[in-house]
Amino acid sequence: MLSLDRVGKTYPKGVHALGGVTLDVELGEIVAVIGGSGCGKSTLLRAIAGLDPPSEGAVVLDGERITAPHEKIGIIFQEPRLLPWLKVADNVGFGLGNLPKADRAAQIATALRRVGLTDKASVWPRELSGGQAQRVAIARALVPRPEVLLLDEPFSALDAFTRTDLQDHLLDLWADAKPTLILVTHDVDEAIVLADRVMVMRPRPGRIFDEIEVDLPRPRDRQSAAFDFVKRRVLAALDRSLNRAPTGAEGEPKAAAGAALWW
Amino acid sequence: MTLAGDRAKELLSQPATPQNLARLVRPMLGLVLPVTLAVLWELIVRMGWATGRLAPPPSVVFATFVDLARTGELQRHTLVTLWRVGAGFGIGVAAATCIGAAAGYSATVRRLVDPSIQGLRAIPSIAWVPLFILWLGIFEASKVTLIAVGVFFPVYLGLMSAIQSVDRKLVEVGRAFRLTDFAMVRRILMPAVLPAYVISLRSGLGLGWMFVIAAELMGASEGLGYLLIDGQQLGKPAEIVAAIVAFAIVGKVTDWLIVLAASPFLRWEDVVRQD
Repeated sequence: MLSLDRVGKTYPKGVHALGGVTLDVELGEIVAVIGGSGCGKSTLLRAIAGLDPPSEGAVVLDGERITAPHEKIGIIFQEPRLLPWLKVADNVGFGLGNLPKADRAAQIATALRRVGLTDKASVWPRELSGGQAQRVAIARALVPRPEVLLLDEPFSALDAFTRTDLQDHLLDLWADAKPTLILVTHDVDEAIVLADRVMVMRPRPGRIFDEIEVDLPRPRDRQSAAFDFVKRRVLAALDRSLNRAPTGAEGEPKAAAGAALWW
Repeated sequence: MTLAGDRAKELLSQPATPQNLARLVRPMLGLVLPVTLAVLWELIVRMGWATGRLAPPPSVVFATFVDLARTGELQRHTLVTLWRVGAGFGIGVAAATCIGAAAGYSATVRRLVDPSIQGLRAIPSIAWVPLFILWLGIFEASKVTLIAVGVFFPVYLGLMSAIQSVDRKLVEVGRAFRLTDFAMVRRILMPAVLPAYVISLRSGLGLGWMFVIAAELMGASEGLGYLLIDGQQLGKPAEIVAAIVAFAIVGKVTDWLIVLAASPFLRWEDVVRQD
């Protein structure tokens, strides 16, 4: 289990980015963190990853305090961040330690097959499209079999079609080993399609403002009434987190009108 | 060898469509101007419109070149010059790589050495010659040192700034996968820096060739630079031009060797996204 205990971050220059986040995430749970810009959601994710350890509080995974990158925690960034001098297969195998060559090749092949890029194994990253590159990044993060996978706006740089495609694909991959997923996003639909729980954060300093359970069976239909219902709740919480009337700047007018009705 | 060979094979094996023909012909366009001028000058001298005594026509230069090669003079002088450039280049690159890597990697080292090196860089390297001759004598040591100094600066600067501009996002990938410092250098920093390093080696080598001429012009009994002076003092312009041609050839070949040696590691740079 992953526990955050009053996790806070104050940067050396005095910026109070994160003001005490407490959160327990069960193994295999998918949690989406959503919020306006500057609400500290990326800071939170980097603290969990051990890339930017918190200045207050603690991140604890299975009883072990996380202060540096940990083998049980993987991360996927907004950009694929593939190493351009390694072929796709070697990028996928980047996180594999010292393994016999055959084991290594087998694991890489399996991972590439799971993301549907077997034919791209010996291609340079630069030859991939944006969506393909992000799939390679997902494969790279999953190959060491992390217990917790962190995703920092992983699909926000992709076009809408590729994005929904990859969201479904991510769920598919998640179903294999069921790691814990913590997803930072600013896309309400994405949060609801993927997550068991949506945490809404508010800024200055960043903290959790509201928590919305998404109790819909998977796969989730983005067009269903139940989906829309949850979406209105999330949008309304977002509006309140920014201390404003539900104008719906975060969503399309229809949704904002719905949010106004709901509250 | 393989790279250029493959490219040529690939070009030749393709059907002779107009596009392929254009790809073969286009690089040749650059030859039109020099070849035309050479032929023109040859004709002018042949017709007796000019004596070509101070500006020998291509045929005379070629004959001189062949003569020098037949007697072994050309090879001897070229080898001496090559040895000097090789030694100076080796020493300069070794020093620049060590200091440049340290200064790029550690801010403390950079603050310590970079201002001094930047100060020294402002001095035209030829200005050191009298001092080097006083310190090291007029023979090989002072020449090799001058070349090493010339090679040092571009390589140092290129490597240091390349290390500093390595994409922090890729370094973070290394951190997320818990690379040790050594693994970070080997698996992230070195490959990331290589393209810029190769470019700096090439410009360093170019300067090495420039400084070997300077060193040999100022006093040498052998070397291609000596051939230049010899040609001047004995009034043999064809010998000067032949030496210049020899410089051009060995300069280009050594540059090409660097490119060739690096190409297996830089193949990823040539590809383009096929979206």
